[in-house]
Amino acid sequence: MELIPLDYPTLRLIWWLLLGVLLIGFAVMDGFDLGTGTLLPFVARTDDERRIVVNTVGPVWEGNQVWLILGGGAIFAAWPPLYAVSFSGFYLAMFLLLAALILRPVGFKFRSKVGDSRWRTFWDWGLFVGGAVPALITGVAVGNVLLGVPFYFSDDLRPFYDGGLLGLLNPFALLCGLVSLSMLILHGATWLSFKTEAPVAERARRYGSFAALATLALFALAGLAVAYWVEGYVLVSQVVQDGPSNPLRKEVATVVGGWLSNYDAYPWMLTGPILGFGGVALAGLLLLVRRPLLAFFASALGIFGIISTAGLSLFPFLLPSSQDPRSSLTVWDASSSPMTLWVMLIATLFFMPIILAYTAWVYRIIAGKVTTRDLDSNVNAY
Amino acid sequence: MIDMDVVALSRLQFALTAMYHFLFVPLTLGLSLIMAIMESVYVMTGRDIWRRMTLFWGTLFGINFAMGVATGIVMEFQFGMNWSYYSHYVGDIFGAPLAIEGLMAFFLEATFIGLFFFGWDRLSKLGHLTVTWLVALGANFSALWILIANGWMQYPVGATFNPDTMRMEIEDFIAVIFNPVAQAKFVHTVSAGYVTGAIFVMSVSAYFLLRGRHQAMARRSMAVASSFGLAAALSVVVLGDESGYVTTEHQKMKIAAMEGMWHTEDAPAPFTVFALPDQDSQSNRYEVQVPFALGLIATRSFSRELPGIIDLVDRAEDQVRSGLVGYQALLDLRADSENDAARELLAEHWADLGYALLLKRYREDILEASDEEIAQAALDTVPHIAPIFWSFRLMVALGFYFIAFFALAFWLSSRGAFERNRWFLHVALWSLPLPWLAVELGWFVAEYGRQPWIIEGVLPTFYAVSDLSVWDLVLTIAGFVTFYTLLAIVDVWLLLRYVRKGPSEPEPQQGSAATGNGPQGPGLRHATAAYKE
Repeated sequence: MELIPLDYPTLRLIWWLLLGVLLIGFAVMDGFDLGTGTLLPFVARTDDERRIVVNTVGPVWEGNQVWLILGGGAIFAAWPPLYAVSFSGFYLAMFLLLAALILRPVGFKFRSKVGDSRWRTFWDWGLFVGGAVPALITGVAVGNVLLGVPFYFSDDLRPFYDGGLLGLLNPFALLCGLVSLSMLILHGATWLSFKTEAPVAERARRYGSFAALATLALFALAGLAVAYWVEGYVLVSQVVQDGPSNPLRKEVATVVGGWLSNYDAYPWMLTGPILGFGGVALAGLLLLVRRPLLAFFASALGIFGIISTAGLSLFPFLLPSSQDPRSSLTVWDASSSPMTLWVMLIATLFFMPIILAYTAWVYRIIAGKVTTRDLDSNVNAY
Repeated sequence: MIDMDVVALSRLQFALTAMYHFLFVPLTLGLSLIMAIMESVYVMTGRDIWRRMTLFWGTLFGINFAMGVATGIVMEFQFGMNWSYYSHYVGDIFGAPLAIEGLMAFFLEATFIGLFFFGWDRLSKLGHLTVTWLVALGANFSALWILIANGWMQYPVGATFNPDTMRMEIEDFIAVIFNPVAQAKFVHTVSAGYVTGAIFVMSVSAYFLLRGRHQAMARRSMAVASSFGLAAALSVVVLGDESGYVTTEHQKMKIAAMEGMWHTEDAPAPFTVFALPDQDSQSNRYEVQVPFALGLIATRSFSRELPGIIDLVDRAEDQVRSGLVGYQALLDLRADSENDAARELLAEHWADLGYALLLKRYREDILEASDEEIAQAALDTVPHIAPIFWSFRLMVALGFYFIAFFALAFWLSSRGAFERNRWFLHVALWSLPLPWLAVELGWFVAEYGRQPWIIEGVLPTFYAVSDLSVWDLVLTIAGFVTFYTLLAIVDVWLLLRYVRKGPSEPEPQQGSAATGNGPQGPGLRHATAAYKE
């Protein structure tokens, strides 16, 4: 223990931030190819156009998807109870997510390997499902986290879950799912209008502008619901930040609008929603004035803001329990041991800069718009 | 009480998805290195044929890799989905290698795989070669961390039970990384992957030679694969032996099960070549034994005894009783966390706590367990012997077959005599499924042989499941089976299609292969031009 220069609360806070970084990393990096997949059947009409769309993400989607893999691994390593409860609780939803995600690798790889148009159309819709369904489900999951999830722990800390798939599909969660979907469609549209030429780029620009408007409206609507309808959770027992990771040692109450209390206590947290609205609005405007690269970064900023808003509203909760509020998982009682958090922090600090560096290098190598010429000159093109 | 149907179905689903995923992983491991070797030859000699070979094997690699990625996501999520108590109980240790795998290995592999396919025209020769090696390196690092995680399930070092959080927590991360079981398994497993890649290349190349197509490339491919495969096949068996040796140290029940050894034998123990193990009577029928052999292989000594299954069950019964003392202390501690006497008692007995948890199968309040139930729990530590005994023997036989096969291939290759020995080409062609059979058997021996434990001696498998219904599992198993079957059909069909199409040859010799209804469709309009350079 004396080997670790940081105390337990600090480590927990750092890993809460890193959880945010990884989820935002996933939404920004994998998000644009989920959005691109969703837009594929709509922005491209001919086979060449569809191949152009697919090939804008062809060289990078595999690396991007590792953000999701890493996010899963980091939740497992740093927040084991969160991983255990959420993945088993959302069981059938997770299965749908996996089924949709499985369509992507094979869709990209198999699509253009056969010339038959029915074959290609099939995989195009496969890529659409592989893009839209994960975008929707992750948003629905966040919505349900904000509502609280029906689980509890036994004395052995065995998690039990009392809800089904249909319980997840409530109006508020679906609203959050639509926020997520429209946000990633916007993100994909900025990418496409940057990486392609007219007419695909023009169509993407139009879809993107609509998606920006939709995201703004839906995000605002979700905010109103959180303020006036959703019950937030608050810790009512004394907050012990360095206690053992045992969720059953606290008391929790619920109150409508409770998720907004952090913004009273810490006004700086308002930067989350401000960046959310600002980034998305800016991305829409930049698309209109044909500055797609800047629009891409603005939309990334918007994603950063929207996901931060969810995380900051919940803090210190990670996963509240609607059935047994004291079983709720918080930053202070659902982490790994200090040693694991420390080792994982070292590993992350060591590898993350390397990952960012070679990722940037890869994007530089593949820079430039994708055109029919690329499709013809590269035998490996999708 | 835990629903044993849910346990059985969860295990079935994990076995199905893991063994399916493991159809693609070994080929990725082996073929990535073979491609890297071929491309290295291209960069060193500048001869275009080696580039075209890399491209051809790369296409097949890509189809296989996509399936590996698709099925790999399922693996990582499944621990939380189906094994939530496991995830809670050991996530503090088990999660870390999985996360580091993402950071160190999979990011590398997945980021550069895109450039491998899209970077041919955008990178220098050396630049692209570096990318190919990084992909291969990433794949192998990936295997390292996964096997560190798996090795810990077999031999849970460097961790201790924390009663306040009701889970295992890490004490010594270095011990987890340098776990001898993990290290032996890593080299054994990646070598098996290299063998798989080498047989794949041998087999496809033999197909071309038998058809009289692409001979130049096929001969060169076989030359690479036979030397690479020989080294790998030797390594598999040597490291398999190392793996067996460390298993003897740390998983005595597993080695006894693999050997069908019911009674402790005088050292050095004989090796049973053939037997029909009978679980009920705890004995073997029709035994054929080689004196001394097992003792020498497993303990590397003439004097150390190998404990038999029946003695191990006796030991397990003592451990169940010791674990119950620990469990009582745990409950006392939960009632009053200041109870220092209970804390000390638990510290003495936590290592056997898992044995007490075996009783949870029979009753919730395990402190009330009867002597019969304790005896039954101890007996539960014995896995099903016959499937393990036979899977192990078949795997070993295949291992020796691969050595013989590659030794012969190496000899023929050095004499340039493949085409004169068409019988060998037929053998090579039909050997294609064998490495897959061997690696799946290996997975089975390692994981089924660990039962009833999910973490050896620490957590029983049945106790690790999620709170799911039978219907949840029926739905997802049906979903995975349907989905995976369809994907397998498409995958094999595509692989065959691209194998039949063969590598591109310089114009005009094989021009017809790349035109007409070429699988790339419109994309191939100028593709042949790109090949010429």
